[in-house]
Amino acid sequence: MEIKDRIKEGLSGKIIHWEEKTVRRIYFSVKPEDIYEVVRFLFKDLSLRFSTASGVDTVQGLEILYHFSFDQTGEMFSVRVLIKDKLNPEIQSITPLFPGAEWIEREIWEMLGIKFRGHPNLKRLLLADEWPEGKYPLRRE
Amino acid sequence: MSHKVIVPIGPYHPLQEEPEFFQLYVEGEKVVDIDIIIGYNHRGIEKLSESKHFDQVAFLVERICGICSSSHPYAYVLAVENILGGEHLVVPERALYIRTITNELERIHSHLLWLGLAGHFIGYNTVWMWAWKYREPILDMFEMITGNRNNYAMFKVGGVRRDIRDEDINILKKILDELVPAVDMFKGAVMDDPVIQARLKDVGVLTKQQVIDWCVVGPTARASGLNIDVRRDDPYGAYDRVNWNVIVEKDGDIFAKTVVRILELYECVGIIRQCLDKMPKGSIDADIKDISPGEGIGRVEAPRGECFHYIKSDGTNRPVRHKIRAPSFMNVASDKVSAVGGTISDATLTLAAVDPCYCCTERVAVINKSDNKQILNGWDLIKLSQEKTNKIKESLLK
Amino acid sequence: MNFKLKALTKSIWVFHVSAGSCNNCDIEILDCLTPRFDVERFGIQLVGSVRHADALLITGAMNKKSVPLMKKIYEQAPKPCVVVAVGQCALSQHMFKDSYNVEGPLDSILPVDVYIPGCPPRPEAIIDGIVKLVKKVRGEK
Repeated sequence: MEIKDRIKEGLSGKIIHWEEKTVRRIYFSVKPEDIYEVVRFLFKDLSLRFSTASGVDTVQGLEILYHFSFDQTGEMFSVRVLIKDKLNPEIQSITPLFPGAEWIEREIWEMLGIKFRGHPNLKRLLLADEWPEGKYPLRRE
Repeated sequence: MSHKVIVPIGPYHPLQEEPEFFQLYVEGEKVVDIDIIIGYNHRGIEKLSESKHFDQVAFLVERICGICSSSHPYAYVLAVENILGGEHLVVPERALYIRTITNELERIHSHLLWLGLAGHFIGYNTVWMWAWKYREPILDMFEMITGNRNNYAMFKVGGVRRDIRDEDINILKKILDELVPAVDMFKGAVMDDPVIQARLKDVGVLTKQQVIDWCVVGPTARASGLNIDVRRDDPYGAYDRVNWNVIVEKDGDIFAKTVVRILELYECVGIIRQCLDKMPKGSIDADIKDISPGEGIGRVEAPRGECFHYIKSDGTNRPVRHKIRAPSFMNVASDKVSAVGGTISDATLTLAAVDPCYCCTERVAVINKSDNKQILNGWDLIKLSQEKTNKIKESLLK
Repeated sequence: MNFKLKALTKSIWVFHVSAGSCNNCDIEILDCLTPRFDVERFGIQLVGSVRHADALLITGAMNKKSVPLMKKIYEQAPKPCVVVAVGQCALSQHMFKDSYNVEGPLDSILPVDVYIPGCPPRPEAIIDGIVKLVKKVRGEK
């Protein structure tokens, strides 16, 4: 069975929108509250490799894409979540699942101000200590 | 007896050219914990990129890191071409080959550079001087093809900026031919030397499970038995048109990482030779005018691992979001497991073994003296490391 | 010319500081030491501690987190100490001048004696810069 179908089957009911943009580049959206379960399924059950996550400030809210790579076929699965609350954005941390996500979550936190619930070590990664609180370089306002 | 000593390394030290700050927590000789502090190189490139148009961004991302100045622009143009349908649909055939040649030359120069620095850390300055000596002809090749020793400015959306002239091809081949005996010599000098084996084997081990959990990429992952290589898995450029092998080792120690890098040099030379032979005639640029709205991902196997660029475009001439994830961002974090449990004289080498590149990642002092803190600087650490090598040498001579 | 400055012109020991550079200038500096260029034959040596240094080679776009450390290093250097700005970033901040995480160009932070432009400067250019520096200290034209 192809990896696409296994994802669709394993996450049935959780996927809101599925889109295959080009060859080997697949994007799908899930609800923010499901993210921990979705990532656990992709990383632990299907053993996809976590590539990185990217956050972006859009009109609708703050969006995070979690990029997973399936190296046997070279397909890239990007899981999209939209956090609508821009004033107090929060999402479940995936670092307890695997330590490789620690740095990128710290980076998104300091660059976009999204708080990761349950992150073991949420402190600044790149910016200087004197950087003002509550100011985020990648926000558009 | 838990006399904990904190050894700060950095931010300015001769261990690496770039600033970074490691705090090693030491009990006796043993490293029990490590704290990595980065951010001394962060220049806000992702934000700057949003204010430049698509042609300019290629020059900007080239300056993320001096060693990967072909991998980053390559991953970036792949991401933009991904929005337009894919590299193989958009870019002329000859440009694919030229891109591949540039990318492989970069791998040779980066691996030689690492080999030299690793030699320096264990007190083999001869290896350092040799490796950098044989790296110079590669820079000459770069100068011949691109016009500059570093920061090549080769990549643009839809093709490359400069062509390789036919009369240069024989000179390029000759330089490659001269490189192979040098790599042979390194292979002998490093892989058969009992002192180097004693220093590198079973040091800084990353197991396969740790590699998976820390999402490590590139030669560091391949040395631990994880068979991943973007060039094969998600082919770009001309990599699916030439024959080559992915080098995988099982042990996960520094010796395995060295072996992977040395053997990869042969593959690089092979790839470049085939590309120079097979390169078709034709145009080198597709002359793309507009970038349609959408989002794209570009991945390139940089010398240190998978380099990832994500571009979101809204149809204007600038990207709306440009996410860059360099391979070292994943690899450096794994120092936390590989250095802990080792001795302090091995720490320098372990920290250097992933071939860290902080410019890429960011895109690590001064510590208060109190009773239980002792200060050693990076130079002392290299000395410690070099003394250990000498001790092993002497014991072998007896 | 005072005696201490004269001593500087014989065998210059340099310490290298990277304040948010892209590594290229740093590699070219190291390249000067290796067999093709080999500046060690003139007694120019890269030292591990700033307390042994006669000259500081500073590269990079003056990252906010590293500038305070760079100033501290300058204070620790034995005086007289010459400062050499290597590369376009240290001279004028190059492409990074609009970034949120950089401070002004190097000469607005420390007194600079020699400017070596280029992105990156070739090893020959760096050697030429050092030669000009020696001539300047000696008072030659």
